[in-house]
Amino acid sequence: MSLPDGWEMVIGLEVHTELQTKTKLFCGCANAFGADANSQVCPVCLGLPGSLPVLNEQAVELAMAIGFALHCSVAPSTFHRKNYFYPDMPKDYQISQYDLPINSNGYLDLPDGSRVTIERAHLEEDTGKSTHLGGSGRIHGADRSLVDYNRSGVPLVEIVSGPDMRSAAQARAYAAELRGILIATGASDGRLEEGSMRFDANVSVRRPGAPLGTRCEIKNLNSLRSLQRAIDYEAARHVAILEDGGKIRQETRHWSEDLGETSTMRTKEEADDYRYFLEPDLVELSPSIEWQDRVRAALPPMPAERRATLLTIVSEPTSAQRDAVGVIVDLQLDRFVLDAVAQGADAALAIARTSNEIAAGIDSLANLSLDSFVTTLQLEASGSLSATQAKTVLAEVLATGGDPVAIAAARGFEQLASDTLSDLVASLVEAHPDEWHRFREGDEKLAQFFIGQVMKATKGQANGKAVIAELNARR
Amino acid sequence: MTSAHDIAARVAAGSSATTEVETSLAAISQRNAELNVFLYVDEEGARAAAHQVDERIARGEKLPLAGVPVALKDNLCTEGIPTTCSSKILEGWRPPYTATVVERLLAAGAIPMGKTNLDEFAMGSSTENSAFGPTLNPLDPRRVPGGSSGGSAAAIAAGMTPISLGSDTGGSIRQPAALCGVVGIKPTYGLVSRYGVIAFASSLDQVGPFAANVADAALTLEVIAGHDRMDSTSLPETSPSLVAHLKDGVAGRRVGYVKELVDGSDPDVAAAVAAAVEVLRAQGATIVEMSIPELQLGLSAYYLIAPAEASSNLARYDGVRFGLRVDGDDVAGMNEATRTAGFGAEVKRRIMLGTYALSAGYFDAYYGQALKVRTLTINAFQKAYADVDFLIGATTPSVAFPFGSKTKDPMAMYLNDVFTIPSNLAGDPAVSVPFGRGEANLPIGVQLLGPGRSEAGLLAAAQVLEDAERAR
Amino acid sequence: MSSRLTREDVAKVAALARLRLSDEELDLFTEQLSKILGHADDMAALDLTGVAATAHPFGLINIVRPDVVTPSLNRDAFLSQAPDVQDFRFAVPRIVGEAP
Repeated sequence: MSLPDGWEMVIGLEVHTELQTKTKLFCGCANAFGADANSQVCPVCLGLPGSLPVLNEQAVELAMAIGFALHCSVAPSTFHRKNYFYPDMPKDYQISQYDLPINSNGYLDLPDGSRVTIERAHLEEDTGKSTHLGGSGRIHGADRSLVDYNRSGVPLVEIVSGPDMRSAAQARAYAAELRGILIATGASDGRLEEGSMRFDANVSVRRPGAPLGTRCEIKNLNSLRSLQRAIDYEAARHVAILEDGGKIRQETRHWSEDLGETSTMRTKEEADDYRYFLEPDLVELSPSIEWQDRVRAALPPMPAERRATLLTIVSEPTSAQRDAVGVIVDLQLDRFVLDAVAQGADAALAIARTSNEIAAGIDSLANLSLDSFVTTLQLEASGSLSATQAKTVLAEVLATGGDPVAIAAARGFEQLASDTLSDLVASLVEAHPDEWHRFREGDEKLAQFFIGQVMKATKGQANGKAVIAELNARR
Repeated sequence: MTSAHDIAARVAAGSSATTEVETSLAAISQRNAELNVFLYVDEEGARAAAHQVDERIARGEKLPLAGVPVALKDNLCTEGIPTTCSSKILEGWRPPYTATVVERLLAAGAIPMGKTNLDEFAMGSSTENSAFGPTLNPLDPRRVPGGSSGGSAAAIAAGMTPISLGSDTGGSIRQPAALCGVVGIKPTYGLVSRYGVIAFASSLDQVGPFAANVADAALTLEVIAGHDRMDSTSLPETSPSLVAHLKDGVAGRRVGYVKELVDGSDPDVAAAVAAAVEVLRAQGATIVEMSIPELQLGLSAYYLIAPAEASSNLARYDGVRFGLRVDGDDVAGMNEATRTAGFGAEVKRRIMLGTYALSAGYFDAYYGQALKVRTLTINAFQKAYADVDFLIGATTPSVAFPFGSKTKDPMAMYLNDVFTIPSNLAGDPAVSVPFGRGEANLPIGVQLLGPGRSEAGLLAAAQVLEDAERAR
Repeated sequence: MSSRLTREDVAKVAALARLRLSDEELDLFTEQLSKILGHADDMAALDLTGVAATAHPFGLINIVRPDVVTPSLNRDAFLSQAPDVQDFRFAVPRIVGEAP
């Protein structure tokens, strides 16, 4: 979706990601999703009187890893208290980094070549979770809420981009790329459905070249789809107001996935006074150069580099192959493809089958050994299996874990005898004289037409290359 | 009452700790109804602990505080034992965990007798701010025992326990020690763990001991001091050796006699400090008269920094997870009703002051400026300590004052802390030791101040004054 | 500055701190806080440009703990102390407004 001519969207994202540590940010309680209510809490994360926070070393390392992956600089940093009353925040203040974040001034390059600046990526603690009773189970209209503090104190890194994105699709691409990076660093499991990543979008519109317009912040978007839809909706709302001669009020807004619209949560005038001040219970965090180097050295390759590596196995990548490589890296299957090619699989086939058939059966990937994959691809490349047959075999191997040769045999997947194919091609040439004429005149695209006809007649049992050979023999 | 050293020695030699507990319980029951020293006496727990100490001694364990009864300020968390901070908002709360300092006392064989009264959330200088009534000064029940650790100081003065723990944010150990005629130590910030100590002002709070004599206070501090991994602000070193240095004396030491730590005090107090200075001089110390004008700014800085931190530390008393709840239409109304009913006037006043000092538009002028004044205080001390080993002055401007004499005007009460506050701002140690008597024959406290980690030297000097006081 | 501390300022601060003040308390606190801040004004008037702020007495850095799980509390130990509990959760009256 795009805005009417003469308008430009300006988007900045704040992304909260939970860190995959064993314990919480400031105490030794387990950091795990889905445990019994209030079973993973202690005096610290319950905010009991007298308790004190002690920083988790691994959380610091994961935060630095995120920073390095986003080309940030790591600097001496401090923790502040953000003071506000809310029942899911047990101390009634949140410990967060404020004016001196651990990471700042980085960037993220998107697959389309655009660059988004990263202003900061800082550490903070998560809140507990409330469930609402009465009403419709939502916060509005509920008459009572129940609070579980298992999530209280789970480490978060908040990654703040510059206002650099110009479309909802670009914002989505940024969020997706960031997710890949967070997974690659080991910082996050990337499970959006479990709330491991949450997005806040700052959206404004302007005439191109004009100063930034008044922005609204849409809070707590928890899927890439919501993110994109909410931004599109919000930008369109701004344009409609402005074209009507109105003014945008700076405010925080809530996105309703069901209604497909945003609504006011809080205006700027209602904004709390958070009374930030330095957290006296914690000391400065100033990672030494040696510590930083150790974390940097342990960083695995990031998705962009892995996509590039994967593309080197095909000589002149098509745009479909570039997309396929993106899917493969997202699914963490790039090593699998590279290994298959190293064992003799055809690169183009490996990429195509992985990004489609394997991607579709990713949940049962354990059933597919590298050897079975390579064998299937080799059967297809040699013409022993047609493409359709190869796909069927792969699907079955994924489902059952069987041997591809045995599956092909059991299904009676044998190549059409060459004389059968020859007879079939002869009859098709006769039935389609115009197409045959054009093919003979050199229009190679018509080969696909005849392959299609053969596949239709044989229910996919033929091999495309053999059909072309037969056509050429008759030319 | 027998000293902690003597009790530990005889229990280690096989005398039953139960005897010590019964002696303490008898002393408590004799005067607690009158003086309101203990908010809670854990008779059952103390007796059980005494049995355990006897068993541990029988097994051959070496316990530095074997069988020594100890009183705990009621802002120290004790698992399963009511911990109130003398506030209605925490009335009846039984913490699910125990403060590190209490764990260390237990490990050393000490026997907690119960929880002592304080100004609500340690905010005050007289215990008149306790929600459960004031503690009376055992030396003159018409007068305050000082505060905020008034109960723990009075427990020593009344002979209920030989040692006790308090906490000192702006003088809350030293001032009541002075007013009750006992020894009180405010240790170097970070020397003693704050884990399980209910926070008033986190960057200033420090737990320390009270005792009837310097040696017992030193021994208690040795037991509770040392690194704790549960407290990020805990100094990395192990507990210092203190008792072994008590006889080091002051010969060859340079002592700053500080004008600003005496100015404004009553003549009897100033005379006691002057006499103490002469004792130190006679024992071989070199006395350097000095002026540190920056110390006078400390009071204003303190009364912004401490309330600012407190306003945040006390936010958690919201009626959700523990303590008092007063119902409201919605959660914010419930928070407000709970806090309004649960906090006393002084706590509200400081929360208000701190909230204001941190709020948008005032932060730089008040809180930010106070942090800079804190730097000036630290620098001024550092400059002084480049010349002298430690400083001497009064602990309080007067002896124990009558009830009600300063409650009308908060500022008059705050001025009582003017000599003690600078050490908290700097994070430095200071000791109050009884020396001389003033109005109505009430005790006077002389204060010894030193740079960070100078406890051993300060206590040796305090021992010199104690010896001289006994010889008089 | 303190001379400008008004009853309205005090009311606003009370709301931030979730305290409800009676009219008498508002008057009293306005007067008392003004007086206390009056003392602070001596300090606020100092030119401390270039003086660093000290929020903490000692300069410890990088105090961290290893990422090792330690036992959580037994639920009974703290739920038994809570004002209102349902389904092992802390129950509160309705929440008006979303978290910031």
